Amino acid sequence: MSVVSDTQPAPRRRRARSLVKSLLGFLVVVIVTYLGLLAVTFFIGRVIPIDPVLAVVGDRAPANVVERTRQELGFNEPLTTQFVIYVQKALSGDFGRSVLTTNPVMTDIKRVFPATIELATLGTLIGAILGIPLGVLAAVRRGGWLDQIVRIIGLIGYSVPIFWLGLLALLIFYARLQWVGGPGRIDVVYEYTFTPITGFYLLDSIIQRDWSAFGNIISHLALPSLLLGYFSLAYISRMTRSFMLNELSQEYIVAARAKGLSERRIIWRHALRNAAVPLVTVIALSYAGLLEGSVLTETVFAWPGLGLYITNSLQNADMNAVLGGTIVIGSVFIAINLLSDLLYRLLDPRTRAR
Amino acid sequence: MMMSKINAHARLLFAGAALTALVAANAPAYAATPADTLVLAWAIDDTITLDPAESFELSPAEFLGNGYDMLVRLDINDTTKVTGGVAESWSVSEDGLTYTFKLKPGIKFASGNPLTAEDVAWSFERAVKLDKSPAFILTQFGLTGDNVTEKAKAVDEDTFVLTVDKSYAPSFVLNCLTATVGAVVDKKLVSEHAEAVTVSADNKYDTDFGYAWLKTNYAGSGPFKIRDWRANEILVMERNDNYYGNKPALNRVIYRHVKESATQRLMLETGDVDVARNLDPGDLEAVSKNADLATTDAAKGTVYYISLNQKNETLAKPEVREAFKYLVDYDAIGSTLIKGIGEIRQTYQAKGVLGALDASPYKLDVTKAKELLEKAGLKDGFSVTFDVRNNQPVTGIAEAFQQTAAQAGIKVEIIPGDGKQTLTKYRARNHDLYIGQWGMDYWDPNSNAEAFTSNPDNADEASVKTLAWRNAWDIPELTKESKAALLERDDKKRAEGYKKLQQEALDTSPFVMIFQQIEVAGMRNNVKNYKLGPSMDTNFVGPVTKE
Repeated sequence: MSVVSDTQPAPRRRRARSLVKSLLGFLVVVIVTYLGLLAVTFFIGRVIPIDPVLAVVGDRAPANVVERTRQELGFNEPLTTQFVIYVQKALSGDFGRSVLTTNPVMTDIKRVFPATIELATLGTLIGAILGIPLGVLAAVRRGGWLDQIVRIIGLIGYSVPIFWLGLLALLIFYARLQWVGGPGRIDVVYEYTFTPITGFYLLDSIIQRDWSAFGNIISHLALPSLLLGYFSLAYISRMTRSFMLNELSQEYIVAARAKGLSERRIIWRHALRNAAVPLVTVIALSYAGLLEGSVLTETVFAWPGLGLYITNSLQNADMNAVLGGTIVIGSVFIAINLLSDLLYRLLDPRTRAR
Repeated sequence: MMMSKINAHARLLFAGAALTALVAANAPAYAATPADTLVLAWAIDDTITLDPAESFELSPAEFLGNGYDMLVRLDINDTTKVTGGVAESWSVSEDGLTYTFKLKPGIKFASGNPLTAEDVAWSFERAVKLDKSPAFILTQFGLTGDNVTEKAKAVDEDTFVLTVDKSYAPSFVLNCLTATVGAVVDKKLVSEHAEAVTVSADNKYDTDFGYAWLKTNYAGSGPFKIRDWRANEILVMERNDNYYGNKPALNRVIYRHVKESATQRLMLETGDVDVARNLDPGDLEAVSKNADLATTDAAKGTVYYISLNQKNETLAKPEVREAFKYLVDYDAIGSTLIKGIGEIRQTYQAKGVLGALDASPYKLDVTKAKELLEKAGLKDGFSVTFDVRNNQPVTGIAEAFQQTAAQAGIKVEIIPGDGKQTLTKYRARNHDLYIGQWGMDYWDPNSNAEAFTSNPDNADEASVKTLAWRNAWDIPELTKESKAALLERDDKKRAEGYKKLQQEALDTSPFVMIFQQIEVAGMRNNVKNYKLGPSMDTNFVGPVTKE
């Protein structure tokens, strides 16, 4: 008994220790990444040959207003002092005020980010739900007509500019056929009845049981999300295909076939399950990419999202907004990476053992 | 058999996909915009505040112009004059220092509060004490935070008296009061939302004058009340039933932020918007050919110019300055690059302003330019750099100029840059050539005369940095003349003074004036009486009706 109880906890303790270690390591990586991100964005923001005060007060402001604003914003301090102050504030979640909207940057981002998340999530869902089966089928029918079609779909998805495709889609489905809603998230008609609560319009309309608004929101979401979905589909299906080809040539597949398992079971249960591990990374990265805000899509569809916000800020030298936005995007990347790491552990028993 | 199973699976998947697409696409067919609402697509991302004391951008000027009223307004039938806003009549004292305004009786704010001279006085006090970008339009009359309550004062319920520090031309003072910074705000309403501030070195006053609140709210008395604004998304105005004048026919006006010209055109063609405001020349042409649509336009107070930095010794030669004016192909630029969005203008005052000189003596004449360069001892030409921001039409104009200048032996090197970047360089006087645009600060000739032909101190650390300063054009004489025109109380003589200044600039200045901007809009045929005004704050939507 005593022998057993002595030997039993040892590996568990070791495992716990390794978990703490990996968590600590992860924390260090996150902190270094954040500091690096802060430093790089901050110094780029300060060395660009644009007078930041100009962005705040505009070209027509008289000299005394310019000077007072420069003082107020602390631009007369040495660069290092400015950086220290910036990091201190950023740590408490204060990224300053956006020059363009004069709101705190975080307030702005809370307003624009849901629009992007809504679009990116739908886009990724469409991309994954259609892309994975297509990729699997293409791998199974390697060289067949289905494989060729998937290849062509992927090629078009990669090479056609989204800006052009978006305008074309608007022209056909919105202007000509009038099947879907146009640019924007909702018709102006609903401006008086529909009130955003969470900023996720689909959710908001469900909460308020406003089904007519729900339908309208869907009709506005349809084109941009299908478009984004198409682009992530192109990517996901190609990657699925190559992962699947890799798995299908493994020995365990041969063994499974020899055991007389049905082909369907081999493909969808055995091969896809193993291919799923790297696929998670692919989907996570593609999702993170969409969350960054697809600037061109948001421009064409007048979608008030994060991409448009940051681009607009960049063009107007609104450095606070750019810095804050970059930090948020950085956090999203880190969070999604972490999430996909966790999913890895669930999907792949080997990573759990270590 | 296995294959057929996969096939069945795939079929199911495709069916599912088709179904999703169908559901997504199954939206109701689109009707036009509501009959009682005007919907406009417009890039409104320059709106950063709705506070008249702070707002100094283009799109909010239109919102404030419709939402607020001022003491006096620009007379859109004769833009050299003003007409009554909330003021019924006004008089100027003998010495030209005291302006007495009698208010129209019985005016109410949208909130229902009565509008009195007290509100007018408080609006002045607020703008001067907050001292934001447009405050100089009022403080240039000698108003300061310390004296404003004395100098801008309500004598009784409907009499407001403004005392200025010099005997300015009355047209100047009145023109300035049409600016949105002079809008009358609802003292009672704004005061209810004012926040207490602790007095310190940075904050001289114990209140924020409702600054935080009014940034996104409304306290005016104009024909429309601003109901809602979400930055870069939407602005909604509703009819103000308390308005004393002609009430708007429409219940609502909605501005939707749409940046892309092609998108705006699609929305206009579909009928999702009634008016599109940012149409490129290409889209504009398509709109004007469409039988369901119409266009309207108005010249605005923004002028475009190429300027020569006088710190560059070559560019400082008078012959070179003149030669450059012969090296712009005005006709070609007017008929292509700025077609529909601008008209050639060689004087620096916008058409329609008091004392604007309509003269365009220059044409592309390479031989003449070459003669002038030879006279300056530059027979073999020279090289200069040209800072150009990377958007249209300025890039196109810069490239056209590069070609014509080359014919006279001048090698122009274009340095493209982001708007703020080239502007930063220009403001530091580090450029050779710069192509700029200049919008009037307020609707009075003094605004542009001060910018182009006044430079009180040409030193690098000068406190007043006009456009003439930015190009190091040292002009003590013209500066004096500009000042004199400002104090000329006879409108006719004043107009003459400005004409003379423009002629002088036309002959000798380092500014090659190119064109005046025209604002254009495309609209649906059922929209009637939609007119653009001479300035953004006179783009009135009150008279608009829909059939």
